Amino acid sequence: MRAVVLVRPKAGILDPQGEAVQSSLHQLGFTVSEARVGKVIDLEVAAENAPAARAEIERMCEQLLANPLIESYEIELSEGE
Amino acid sequence: MKETQPRIGVLVFPGSQDDRDAAWALGALGAEPVMVWHGEEELPRLDAVVLPGGFSYGDYLRCGAIARFSPAMQAVAAYAEDGGLVLGICNGFQILCEAGLLPGALRPNTSLQFVCRDVRLVVERADTPFTARCEPGQEVVIPVKHGAGSYHRPPELSDEQVVVRYIADDNPNGSQDDIAGVANETGNVFGLMPHPEHAVDPLLGSGDGALILASLVDSARERLYARA
Repeated sequence: MRAVVLVRPKAGILDPQGEAVQSSLHQLGFTVSEARVGKVIDLEVAAENAPAARAEIERMCEQLLANPLIESYEIELSEGE
Repeated sequence: MKETQPRIGVLVFPGSQDDRDAAWALGALGAEPVMVWHGEEELPRLDAVVLPGGFSYGDYLRCGAIARFSPAMQAVAAYAEDGGLVLGICNGFQILCEAGLLPGALRPNTSLQFVCRDVRLVVERADTPFTARCEPGQEVVIPVKHGAGSYHRPPELSDEQVVVRYIADDNPNGSQDDIAGVANETGNVFGLMPHPEHAVDPLLGSGDGALILASLVDSARERLYARA
Protein backbone atom coordinates (compact mmCIF):
# COMPACT_ATOMS: atom_id res chain seq x y z
CA MET A 1 0.00 0.00 0.00
CA ARG A 2 1.27 3.45 -0.86
CA ALA A 3 1.10 6.34 1.53
CA VAL A 4 2.07 9.98 1.45
CA VAL A 5 2.97 11.66 4.72
CA LEU A 6 2.84 15.45 4.83
CA VAL A 7 4.82 17.00 7.67
CA ARG A 8 4.28 20.69 8.38
CA PRO A 9 5.47 23.20 10.95
CA LYS A 10 2.57 23.57 13.40
CA ALA A 11 0.44 26.69 13.27
CA GLY A 12 2.09 29.38 15.37
CA ILE A 13 5.57 27.90 14.98
CA LEU A 14 7.88 30.35 13.27
CA ASP A 15 8.83 29.05 9.83
CA PRO A 16 11.81 31.05 8.56
CA GLN A 17 11.97 28.97 5.38
CA GLY A 18 8.34 29.81 4.59
CA GLU A 19 9.02 33.49 5.24
CA ALA A 20 11.99 33.44 2.88
CA VAL A 21 9.87 31.75 0.18
CA GLN A 22 7.07 34.28 0.69
CA SER A 23 9.46 37.19 0.37
CA SER A 24 11.00 35.72 -2.81
CA LEU A 25 7.51 35.28 -4.28
CA HIS A 26 6.80 38.94 -3.49
CA GLN A 27 9.96 39.95 -5.32
CA LEU A 28 8.73 38.02 -8.36
CA GLY A 29 5.52 40.05 -8.24
CA PHE A 30 3.20 37.39 -6.79
CA THR A 31 0.75 38.28 -4.05
CA VAL A 32 1.06 35.70 -1.29
CA SER A 33 -0.11 36.41 2.23
CA GLU A 34 1.55 33.34 3.72
CA ALA A 35 3.94 30.54 2.72
CA ARG A 36 4.86 27.58 4.92
CA VAL A 37 7.39 24.91 3.99
CA GLY A 38 7.03 21.29 5.09
CA LYS A 39 8.13 17.86 3.93
CA VAL A 40 6.62 15.07 1.82
CA ILE A 41 7.53 11.48 2.63
CA ASP A 42 6.38 8.75 0.22
CA LEU A 43 6.03 5.34 1.81
CA GLU A 44 5.31 1.84 0.54
CA VAL A 45 4.00 -0.21 3.44
CA ALA A 46 2.94 -3.82 3.82
CA ALA A 47 -0.34 -3.77 5.74
CA GLU A 48 -3.49 -5.89 5.62
CA ASN A 49 -5.87 -3.00 5.24
CA ALA A 50 -6.07 0.77 5.29
CA PRO A 51 -6.84 1.17 9.02
CA ALA A 52 -3.88 -1.05 9.92
CA ALA A 53 -1.62 0.90 7.58
CA ARG A 54 -2.80 4.20 8.99
CA ALA A 55 -2.21 3.06 12.57
CA GLU A 56 1.28 1.88 11.69
CA ILE A 57 2.18 5.12 9.90
CA GLU A 58 0.85 7.17 12.80
CA ARG A 59 3.33 5.38 15.03
CA MET A 60 6.10 6.14 12.50
CA CYS A 61 5.13 9.82 12.58
CA GLU A 62 5.04 10.02 16.36
CA GLN A 63 8.40 8.27 16.73
CA LEU A 64 10.45 9.58 13.84
CA LEU A 65 8.88 11.24 10.82
CA ALA A 66 7.57 14.26 12.72
CA ASN A 67 8.49 15.98 15.97
CA PRO A 68 5.01 16.33 17.53
CA LEU A 69 6.16 19.32 19.58
CA ILE A 70 6.71 21.50 16.53
CA GLU A 71 5.25 19.62 13.55
CA SER A 72 1.86 18.32 12.50
CA TYR A 73 1.38 15.48 10.03
CA GLU A 74 -1.22 14.20 7.62
CA ILE A 75 -1.40 10.72 6.13
CA GLU A 76 -2.86 10.04 2.68
CA LEU A 77 -3.33 6.38 1.73
CA SER A 78 -3.79 4.90 -1.72
CA GLU A 79 -3.92 1.26 -2.80
CA GLY A 80 -0.72 0.20 -4.58
CA GLU A 81 -0.61 -1.94 -7.71
CA MET B 1 46.64 5.09 45.32
CA LYS B 2 43.30 6.82 45.27
CA GLU B 3 41.84 7.25 41.80
CA THR B 4 41.33 10.96 41.20
CA GLN B 5 40.75 11.19 37.47
CA PRO B 6 37.07 10.90 36.51
CA ARG B 7 36.30 9.03 33.31
CA ILE B 8 34.11 11.04 30.96
CA GLY B 9 32.71 9.36 27.86
CA VAL B 10 32.60 11.27 24.58
CA LEU B 11 30.19 9.77 22.06
CA VAL B 12 31.34 9.51 18.46
CA PHE B 13 28.61 9.55 15.79
CA PRO B 14 29.12 9.41 12.04
CA GLY B 15 29.58 13.14 11.42
CA SER B 16 30.73 14.20 14.89
CA GLN B 17 33.31 16.97 14.49
CA ASP B 18 34.00 18.23 17.96
CA ASP B 19 34.50 14.90 19.72
CA ARG B 20 38.30 15.29 19.67
CA ASP B 21 38.13 18.91 20.85
CA ALA B 22 35.81 17.88 23.69
CA ALA B 23 38.11 15.00 24.64
CA TRP B 24 41.17 17.28 24.53
CA ALA B 25 39.47 19.92 26.69
CA LEU B 26 38.25 17.37 29.24
CA GLY B 27 41.74 15.89 29.41
CA ALA B 28 43.31 19.33 29.88
CA LEU B 29 40.86 19.96 32.73
CA GLY B 30 41.80 16.79 34.59
CA ALA B 31 39.46 14.10 33.31
CA GLU B 32 40.24 10.94 31.41
CA PRO B 33 38.24 11.13 28.17
CA VAL B 34 36.89 7.83 26.84
CA MET B 35 35.69 7.76 23.24
CA VAL B 36 32.46 5.74 22.83
CA TRP B 37 31.47 4.63 19.32
CA HIS B 38 27.77 5.13 18.49
CA GLY B 39 27.35 1.43 17.77
CA GLU B 40 28.22 0.38 21.33
CA GLU B 41 25.23 -1.07 23.13
CA GLU B 42 26.75 -0.65 26.58
CA LEU B 43 28.72 2.18 28.12
CA PRO B 44 31.98 1.41 29.90
CA ARG B 45 32.27 2.58 33.52
CA LEU B 46 31.93 6.35 33.29
CA ASP B 47 31.46 9.26 35.67
CA ALA B 48 29.81 11.48 33.03
CA VAL B 49 28.95 11.48 29.33
CA VAL B 50 29.38 14.22 26.71
CA LEU B 51 27.49 14.28 23.41
CA PRO B 52 29.70 16.42 21.18
CA GLY B 53 28.89 18.85 18.42
CA GLY B 54 29.08 18.48 14.68
CA PHE B 55 26.58 16.38 12.80
CA SER B 56 25.13 12.89 13.16
CA TYR B 57 23.78 10.49 10.56
CA GLY B 58 23.51 13.35 8.07
CA ASP B 59 20.95 14.98 10.37
CA TYR B 60 18.29 13.76 7.97
CA LEU B 61 14.65 14.67 8.73
CA ARG B 62 15.67 16.88 11.68
CA CYS B 63 18.97 17.44 13.46
CA GLY B 64 19.52 14.56 15.87
CA ALA B 65 16.36 12.70 14.79
CA ILE B 66 18.19 9.59 13.59
CA ALA B 67 21.04 9.63 16.12
CA ARG B 68 18.65 9.20 19.02
CA PHE B 69 17.98 5.63 17.84
CA SER B 70 21.65 4.61 17.81
CA PRO B 71 22.60 1.77 20.20
CA ALA B 72 24.85 4.06 22.26
CA MET B 73 21.98 6.53 22.74
CA GLN B 74 19.79 3.79 24.22
CA ALA B 75 22.60 3.23 26.71
CA VAL B 76 22.89 6.99 27.37
CA ALA B 77 19.12 7.20 27.99
CA ALA B 78 19.40 4.43 30.59
CA TYR B 79 22.46 6.14 32.08
CA ALA B 80 20.55 9.43 32.38
CA GLU B 81 17.54 7.63 33.84
CA ASP B 82 19.85 6.28 36.57
CA GLY B 83 20.92 9.84 37.40
CA GLY B 84 24.15 9.86 35.38
CA LEU B 85 25.55 13.23 34.26
CA VAL B 86 25.00 13.94 30.56
CA LEU B 87 26.15 17.09 28.73
CA GLY B 88 25.03 17.74 25.15
CA ILE B 89 26.80 20.37 23.08
CA CYS B 90 25.19 21.72 19.87
CA ASN B 91 24.32 18.58 17.88
CA GLY B 92 24.46 16.75 21.21
CA PHE B 93 21.83 19.18 22.55
CA GLN B 94 19.69 18.54 19.47
CA ILE B 95 19.99 14.77 19.98
CA LEU B 96 19.00 15.06 23.67
CA CYS B 97 15.90 17.08 22.71
CA GLU B 98 14.93 14.61 19.98
CA ALA B 99 15.44 11.74 22.43
CA GLY B 100 13.11 13.41 24.92
CA LEU B 101 15.90 13.56 27.53
CA LEU B 102 15.61 17.35 27.42
CA PRO B 103 12.47 19.44 26.83
CA GLY B 104 11.96 21.48 23.68
CA ALA B 105 13.19 21.39 20.10
CA LEU B 106 15.77 23.19 17.99
CA ARG B 107 14.57 24.81 14.77
CA PRO B 108 16.47 26.40 11.89
CA ASN B 109 17.95 29.79 12.82
CA THR B 110 15.45 32.57 12.11
CA SER B 111 18.07 34.21 9.86
CA LEU B 112 18.36 30.94 7.88
CA GLN B 113 22.10 31.62 8.06
CA PHE B 114 24.71 29.36 9.57
CA VAL B 115 26.07 31.40 12.47
CA CYS B 116 29.69 31.02 13.60
CA ARG B 117 30.87 33.59 16.14
CA ASP B 118 31.43 34.35 19.81
CA VAL B 119 28.26 35.07 21.77
CA ARG B 120 27.75 36.57 25.21
CA LEU B 121 25.78 34.43 27.64
CA VAL B 122 24.37 34.90 31.12
CA VAL B 123 24.63 31.99 33.53
CA GLU B 124 21.14 31.89 35.05
CA ARG B 125 21.79 28.84 37.22
CA ALA B 126 25.18 28.41 38.87
CA ASP B 127 23.94 25.63 41.14
CA THR B 128 24.03 22.81 38.57
CA PRO B 129 26.68 20.09 38.13
CA PHE B 130 27.58 21.84 34.86
CA THR B 131 27.91 25.44 36.02
CA ALA B 132 29.06 25.32 39.65
CA ARG B 133 32.30 27.13 38.82
CA CYS B 134 30.33 30.15 37.57
CA GLU B 135 28.77 32.95 39.60
CA PRO B 136 24.99 33.42 39.31
CA GLY B 137 24.38 36.05 36.64
CA GLN B 138 27.94 35.83 35.38
CA GLU B 139 28.48 36.86 31.77
CA VAL B 140 30.61 34.48 29.73
CA VAL B 141 31.78 34.45 26.11
CA ILE B 142 31.54 31.14 24.24
CA PRO B 143 31.30 30.59 20.47
CA VAL B 144 28.33 29.14 18.59
CA LYS B 145 28.45 27.49 15.16
CA HIS B 146 25.14 26.12 13.96
CA GLY B 147 22.36 26.39 11.43
CA ALA B 148 19.56 25.02 13.60
CA GLY B 149 19.88 26.42 17.10
CA SER B 150 16.63 28.32 17.52
CA TYR B 151 15.19 26.91 20.73
CA HIS B 152 11.46 26.23 20.79
CA ARG B 153 10.27 26.43 24.34
CA PRO B 154 7.63 23.86 25.32
CA PRO B 155 4.82 25.08 27.60
CA GLU B 156 5.90 22.80 30.45
CA LEU B 157 9.45 24.21 30.66
CA SER B 158 10.01 25.92 34.00
CA ASP B 159 12.30 28.95 34.23
CA GLU B 160 14.35 27.00 36.75
CA GLN B 161 15.45 24.70 33.92
CA VAL B 162 16.92 27.56 31.91
CA VAL B 163 20.63 27.37 32.74
CA VAL B 164 22.15 29.79 30.22
CA ARG B 165 20.66 32.59 28.13
CA TYR B 166 22.03 34.70 25.31
CA ILE B 167 22.39 38.36 26.20
CA ALA B 168 19.23 39.80 24.70
CA ASP B 169 20.90 41.77 21.91
CA ASP B 170 23.29 38.90 21.16
CA ASN B 171 20.75 36.14 20.42
CA PRO B 172 22.31 34.51 17.33
CA ASN B 173 19.43 32.30 16.20
CA GLY B 174 16.04 33.61 17.34
CA SER B 175 15.75 31.26 20.33
CA GLN B 176 12.60 31.88 22.36
CA ASP B 177 13.32 33.86 25.54
CA ASP B 178 16.99 33.96 24.45
CA ILE B 179 17.41 30.43 25.78
CA ALA B 180 20.87 28.99 25.04
CA GLY B 181 20.82 25.89 27.25
CA VAL B 182 18.38 23.93 29.42
CA ALA B 183 18.51 21.14 31.99
CA ASN B 184 16.04 18.35 32.64
CA GLU B 185 13.81 18.46 35.73
CA THR B 186 16.20 16.37 37.79
CA GLY B 187 19.18 18.49 36.75
CA ASN B 188 21.50 15.68 35.65
CA VAL B 189 21.10 16.29 31.89
CA PHE B 190 22.10 19.62 30.34
CA GLY B 191 22.34 20.76 26.75
CA LEU B 192 23.46 24.01 25.17
CA MET B 193 24.10 25.30 21.65
CA PRO B 194 27.36 27.21 22.39
CA HIS B 195 30.60 25.20 22.35
CA PRO B 196 32.46 25.34 25.68
CA GLU B 197 35.14 22.98 24.31
CA HIS B 198 36.15 25.67 21.81
CA ALA B 199 36.72 28.21 24.59
CA VAL B 200 39.08 26.63 27.09
CA ASP B 201 42.13 28.77 26.36
CA PRO B 202 42.32 32.59 26.16
CA LEU B 203 44.61 32.08 23.17
CA LEU B 204 41.51 31.01 21.24
CA GLY B 205 39.57 34.14 22.20
CA SER B 206 37.99 33.03 25.45
CA GLY B 207 38.64 30.63 28.29
CA ASP B 208 35.09 30.84 29.63
CA GLY B 209 34.05 27.45 28.26
CA ALA B 210 36.45 25.89 30.74
CA LEU B 211 34.14 27.08 33.55
CA ILE B 212 31.43 24.75 32.25
CA LEU B 213 33.65 21.78 31.39
CA ALA B 214 35.64 22.08 34.64
CA SER B 215 32.33 22.15 36.55
CA LEU B 216 31.45 18.89 34.82
CA VAL B 217 34.86 17.42 35.66
CA ASP B 218 34.39 18.47 39.32
CA SER B 219 30.94 16.86 39.42
CA ALA B 220 32.20 13.72 37.72
CA ARG B 221 35.04 13.51 40.26
CA GLU B 222 32.49 13.76 43.11
CA ARG B 223 30.62 10.84 41.53
CA LEU B 224 33.91 8.91 41.33
CA TYR B 225 34.68 9.55 45.02
CA ALA B 226 31.13 8.72 46.05
CA ARG B 227 31.44 5.36 44.32
CA ALA B 228 34.91 4.58 45.74
